[in-house]
Amino acid sequence: MSANPFFDPSLPKRHRSARRFKRFTAASIIMTLAFLFFFLFDMVRTAAPAVWQAYVKVDVTYNEQTLRFTRKAVDKKYSKIVSRAWLRTLPKQVDTEPALMNTTVALWVLADDQVDQYMKGHHHKLKPKEVTTVENMKENGDIELRFNAVFFSQGDSKIPENAGIQAALIGSVLTLIVTMMIAFPIGVMTAVYLEEFAKDNRLTRFIEVNINNLAAVPSILFGLLGLSVFINLFSMPRSSPLVGGMTLALMTLPIIIVSARAALRSVPVSIRQAGYGLGLTKLQIVQDHVLPLALPGILTGSIIGLAQAMGETAPLIIIGMIAFIPDSPESIIEAATVLPAQIYTWAGMPERAYVEKTAAGIIVILLILVALNATAIYLRKKYELKW
Amino acid sequence: MNLSGNFQPRIKIQSRNLNLWYGDHQALKQIDIDIHQNKITALIGPSGCGKSTFLRCINRMNDLIDHTCVEGQMVIDGKNIYDADVDEVAVRKRVGMVFQHPNPFPKSIYENLIYAPLKHRQVKKGNDCDELVETSLKKAGLWNEVKDKLHTPGTSLSGGQQQRLCIARAIAVKPDVILMDEPTSALDPISTKKIEALMMELKESYTLVVVTHNMQQARRTADFTAYFHLGELVEFNTTEQLFTQPQETLTSDYISGRFG
Ligand SMILES: Nc1ncnc2c1ncn2[C@@H]1O[C@H](COP(=O)(O)OP(=O)(O)OP(=O)(O)O)[C@@H](O)[C@H]1O
Ligand SMILES: [Mg+2]
Repeated sequence: MSANPFFDPSLPKRHRSARRFKRFTAASIIMTLAFLFFFLFDMVRTAAPAVWQAYVKVDVTYNEQTLRFTRKAVDKKYSKIVSRAWLRTLPKQVDTEPALMNTTVALWVLADDQVDQYMKGHHHKLKPKEVTTVENMKENGDIELRFNAVFFSQGDSKIPENAGIQAALIGSVLTLIVTMMIAFPIGVMTAVYLEEFAKDNRLTRFIEVNINNLAAVPSILFGLLGLSVFINLFSMPRSSPLVGGMTLALMTLPIIIVSARAALRSVPVSIRQAGYGLGLTKLQIVQDHVLPLALPGILTGSIIGLAQAMGETAPLIIIGMIAFIPDSPESIIEAATVLPAQIYTWAGMPERAYVEKTAAGIIVILLILVALNATAIYLRKKYELKW
Repeated sequence: MNLSGNFQPRIKIQSRNLNLWYGDHQALKQIDIDIHQNKITALIGPSGCGKSTFLRCINRMNDLIDHTCVEGQMVIDGKNIYDADVDEVAVRKRVGMVFQHPNPFPKSIYENLIYAPLKHRQVKKGNDCDELVETSLKKAGLWNEVKDKLHTPGTSLSGGQQQRLCIARAIAVKPDVILMDEPTSALDPISTKKIEALMMELKESYTLVVVTHNMQQARRTADFTAYFHLGELVEFNTTEQLFTQPQETLTSDYISGRFG
């Protein structure tokens, strides 16, 4: 064979090290994915039982005495089997349906959390006698696991089978609405001013640096600011979505400003020049030509800021939104809690039944985050312009 | 100096002692030039000599650049546009501009043309607009190519068509003067020919000032040519004179170097 004019003795070694580098990078991706899958798998596995809830069929008696001492409404052997929370609603049931008075009806009712845990094969604290009762009911088909509607229709409760995520969900939505109503317009206006109107001088540079610094401030400090300014100085209602939303808005503002500025900057200068060349005013150019082009980028950034605000807990501790708040707020000035706060509260509860609720709450928050990010990606793709 | 006194009707634009600084850097030095009405004036010169800067002085686009300072006068129709009582937005409406790279708005062809006239309240929505779109596109020689797709994005046209769309858009606001900064340097030879032909037609109705790096283009199209060098106006004459009998060695070096 003739000599190879392309022979380079150092090449095999260089190729080997390139391949090694490639393997390292691939390995780190695999590791990241493995962690992620492990986390998700574990969460879903833990949360899965929360989809179901035990219900039992018992005879319920409605009369003067049982309305006063609700435990007496069911046979004594069922008194620990039926949910205390459900029994407490007896007077209300009679209020809405007076015909029930002085009757005895066979009803499917919510079971106690211990029964629920027993049915799901988890650790439980039922006494041997109660276990026998449950086993008997099982044989007669008087007990079954049904879809856990309570989880989505109730607020927090100290009685595990009655605890749901609705109040926190509504609290989160109200809080985020306040956050966006404040942070979006102010953030976009600030970005428009800095990008389109401000002259490049020492003052604007000073403002810029400070906005960037603001993005790096630990979020708990925003909580302190919210406490001292909104609650103490302006006497706004503590624990309310109004204060929570305003506090989170402070946190989200720099994110929106920075992303909106990037989006505005990515609009080609030639578009602005075209506008000036036609004798248009700055407002006309910005409003009709620059902002529409920057909007997908601005929205993407805002949604990401929103997602971040939704997962935020630290500042809300300080303004009192992390607390036992069972009722869904009906306005932004009532006490409310938010999703991450609810998860945090449940994670600290001693009863076994809260473990699956904690995991289910985490799944709910993850689903919302995924939905938000998917919206951001969708918007970006949909309005992406090719130049 | 009382300029309105010796104002000649055929002179559209006069610059007098025009100086411009970008920060500390003086980009234009004592420019005196008379630009004739309904003629094409070409600005030529090596890169960085201030052609674009001078062009932007004619419609005050330099005002948009931070730290620029203009001294002297730019008189259009007897009025110095740098006077305190002149609004630069109004100047730009009367002095349109076409850029090196075609820059249609990312909207439909139709909207590209009517946006500014609507904002200037020159037309009303409806028939008025349709008419304006047709006449502007016809003047820009683009009507036959796009009349069936007026509502497709302007950015979907070819580069040459986009540039003619930009010219049509400039015409649509009914300016007196059209400034063009290297309007064909991003285009192929055929599109360039079309734009040059268009320029010859446009000078019937408008005064054109064109920056070009293409010597043949200046020779083919321009009535007057100005040669700039390092921020100074070295020579200004009819195109014929400047190319055949340059008075300055700098000019002859430049034009012969190009052809040489
Ligand atoms: N925005 C600006 N800020 C600062 N200096 C500038 C600016 N624009 C141009 N200059 C400077 O002014 C001088 C003239 O620039 P100008 O763009 O007018 O040149 P030109 O003749 O158009 O060149 P070209 O043929 O390359 O387009 C150059 O030295 C340039 O560096
Ligand atoms: Mg130039």
